[in-house]
Amino acid sequence: MLMKGIQMDLISEDKLDGMTSMEKVRLILDEVKNGKILVLEKGLTPSEQNKLIELTMVEITPDNFSGIEIESYPVKHGNRLLDKLLGKTSLRTRLTVIGPADQLKTIKKDRDMISALVSAQ
Amino acid sequence: MGIMKRMKSKFSFLKKLFKKRRARIGIYGPPNAGKTTLANRIIRDWTGDAMGSVSKIPHETRRARRREGVTINSNGSSVTLDVIDTPGLATKIDFHDFMELGMNEEESKRRAKEATEGVIEAVKWLDDLDGVILVMDATEDPYTQVNVTVIGNMEARKLPLLIVANKIDLPESSPARIHGAFPQHPLVSISALEGQNIDLLYQEIADHFG
Repeated sequence: MLMKGIQMDLISEDKLDGMTSMEKVRLILDEVKNGKILVLEKGLTPSEQNKLIELTMVEITPDNFSGIEIESYPVKHGNRLLDKLLGKTSLRTRLTVIGPADQLKTIKKDRDMISALVSAQ
Repeated sequence: MGIMKRMKSKFSFLKKLFKKRRARIGIYGPPNAGKTTLANRIIRDWTGDAMGSVSKIPHETRRARRREGVTINSNGSSVTLDVIDTPGLATKIDFHDFMELGMNEEESKRRAKEATEGVIEAVKWLDDLDGVILVMDATEDPYTQVNVTVIGNMEARKLPLLIVANKIDLPESSPARIHGAFPQHPLVSISALEGQNIDLLYQEIADHFG
């Protein structure tokens, strides 16, 4: 029997590290527009999030695509001694869930938990 | 504190002495958080003018509006700002939402299209700012992606950020929930509509962006 459902792809930190910002944004949008839910082990940097929002807005069309639902935890501040000595701020992005706005809905989110509802179209 | 940071703070008086350009501050937040209501109050209080129209329908502000040279005086401190009221940030815009608020289909589609352009403009402005006032609706969940993204941007660029917990005139508001979510940033609880705690906000703005 053919199982029906929604495809969910969990993308590893290693795979994400090997991609450019634009490759990540393009992959996310292409997959989400095909109805997939993506879970990124390591989230997007703030500038990548900006790019994703911009490109999402460009690709919104009235009857086909209304945008994305994206949820990630706030970035964590790194604790490396060298960074502290140099007064540098290192930010660590965290797990991120992205899906089509009409299929993924966040129910509740706090600092360490994201609860979401996924529905078939 | 890092060596560089310590050096920076030691020489901050020189920086202030030679600083000529006024700070460009963006008012950010999700749709309907009260950004334009706040911008109007600031501009009216310090220039006697207004910034833009306010509506209960989301994405009323679809173009960034800029007001230059707004001088705020508070407790002996003075700061002159260029204030940019930005369109509400969002990751989704569905024209059906506008239809539910009473607009016809054509109008809703036009508004949705303009809203997407407004979001792009708001994101682009982030590159050209010296600081951000992030307005959050204190009756809503603070962990929205818009808030996380704006805060992440400011932290990555080490630019000053002031969180405004708005709508405290509403009984269900909870500024404490916002503070609990983002304890690392200064927060002022206000009602932009009623003017509650607005002097406290001006004091924070003068201290923070001066």
